[in-house]
Amino acid sequence: MKKILTVPIRDEDIDGLRAGDVIYLTGTIATGRDDVHRRVVAEGMQSPFDLRGGVIFHAGPIVRRTPAGNELVAVGPTSSVRMEAFQAGFIEKTGVRVIIGKGGMGPATAQACRQFKAVHCVAMGGCAVSAASQVEAIQDCFWPELGMPECMWVLRVREFGPLVVSIDAHGGDLFAATRADIAGRREACQGPIVDSVKNYMVVD
Amino acid sequence: MTKDGARTILADVMERFLGVACKRLPDDVYAKLRECAQGETSPLQRAVYESYFENLRLAQQLDRPCCQDTGLLHFYIRCGADFPYIGVVESALGQAVARATASAPLRPNAVDFFTERNTGDNTGERMPWLHWDILPEGNQLEICVYFAGAGCSLPGRAQVFKPSDGYGAVVRYVFDAVSGLALNACPPLIVGVGLGHNIENAGVLSKMACLRPLGSANPHPRGAKLERDLLAGLNSLGVGAQGLPGNRIAMEVHVESSARHTATIAAAVNVSCYTHRRGFITFREDMTYSQSSYKGVEL
Ligand code: SF4
Repeated sequence: MKKILTVPIRDEDIDGLRAGDVIYLTGTIATGRDDVHRRVVAEGMQSPFDLRGGVIFHAGPIVRRTPAGNELVAVGPTSSVRMEAFQAGFIEKTGVRVIIGKGGMGPATAQACRQFKAVHCVAMGGCAVSAASQVEAIQDCFWPELGMPECMWVLRVREFGPLVVSIDAHGGDLFAATRADIAGRREACQGPIVDSVKNYMVVD
Repeated sequence: MTKDGARTILADVMERFLGVACKRLPDDVYAKLRECAQGETSPLQRAVYESYFENLRLAQQLDRPCCQDTGLLHFYIRCGADFPYIGVVESALGQAVARATASAPLRPNAVDFFTERNTGDNTGERMPWLHWDILPEGNQLEICVYFAGAGCSLPGRAQVFKPSDGYGAVVRYVFDAVSGLALNACPPLIVGVGLGHNIENAGVLSKMACLRPLGSANPHPRGAKLERDLLAGLNSLGVGAQGLPGNRIAMEVHVESSARHTATIAAAVNVSCYTHRRGFITFREDMTYSQSSYKGVEL
């Protein structure tokens, strides 16, 4: 059965999530990436949209401006690691509960997820048309001067997902586990190749 | 034909070509992606590939870019010295990019340095990015277009090694890049390795390696073996699509080289994501054209 969470997200919703779980979201979410995070954390600006119990989506959509209004053409996650420098401060300042992006994040975010009860999830990268089809409407657009990818789009979504929980509020971290796995395996994978090119410097 | 006439044709055709190339994968990439899907067995990996193919299907059906990051536009150009309209190519490609941004539509990604403003149409200082090879013989214009997204640009790196570091340093460097940020670059990846003598010459070669048709091999037997070994080695790291546990982090590894300085070994690594949006199109001297990347597609 699909596990669907509704925004605003409550403490008990977060408590019940573990890294590796697959969830879907229904409600209102906001996009924010490098510039939004920098404004809120480094420049001390107030998030123009109330994110308490909310969802921030590391994403920059393609929006077509039509006479009938803004049409969402494509939207998908961007690499979350770019926001690592600001994410913990962003969680603390805004009270956001769910971060959606792509790939892993660092230890500061994982720590903030534990401290403030939040989770990081990954959406399918490069699946932008599928994701756009789960967005019912563009509700708002803040900070347009940042440009289409960087400004804050407020989206009403329905069963948005699948999202894989990558960092939970209990210390679970999917990508940290993968990185540790790779570190353990790496020498066995690259060693034989390093050996095989040992005599490549010898004149042929 | 006048120069203006040629410019109009080139800009129009390239605008339409960009509109096709951002919405579907080239035939060789699509076939390789199918092959990679066969190599994955876990339910999580199967679910990721299902999402990939469903999204590509929807992109076709709804006529939309398959990924929201349509990147910055790079054109790798091979122009015969006798192609008569070489002087209009740059302006025509700039026009094509600006117009395709509205018509495809593409996401406006270009931000000029120092003003830090998004230009709104994907053109800007030295953008689109053009790389020229002038061929001494010939009267054709061959263009390879590439949509350089951010996620797949971020892992790129280049370094100059000492000869005593040997080829082994290159192998380790490739593993560094692919097991680091490249996990976020929407695997399975095409890994381009450039071998040269300084960073920009290795960097350009690493890009050319990425753009090479899939299934092609380095002309030197040692280079070809290195490509196969790196592919097998990277694919035994235990990582699959989306950087999640699996068996195929890479579709192919390509190595391109130039002669090196006797005292340096430079290596660059460039990766391309599974939505490897790269298309080849050729214009003849009468401005008729043919494209080989998308079988059966009329522009
Ligand atoms: S890495 Fe490629 S597929 Fe993934 S979001 Fe970026 S451009 Fe799209």
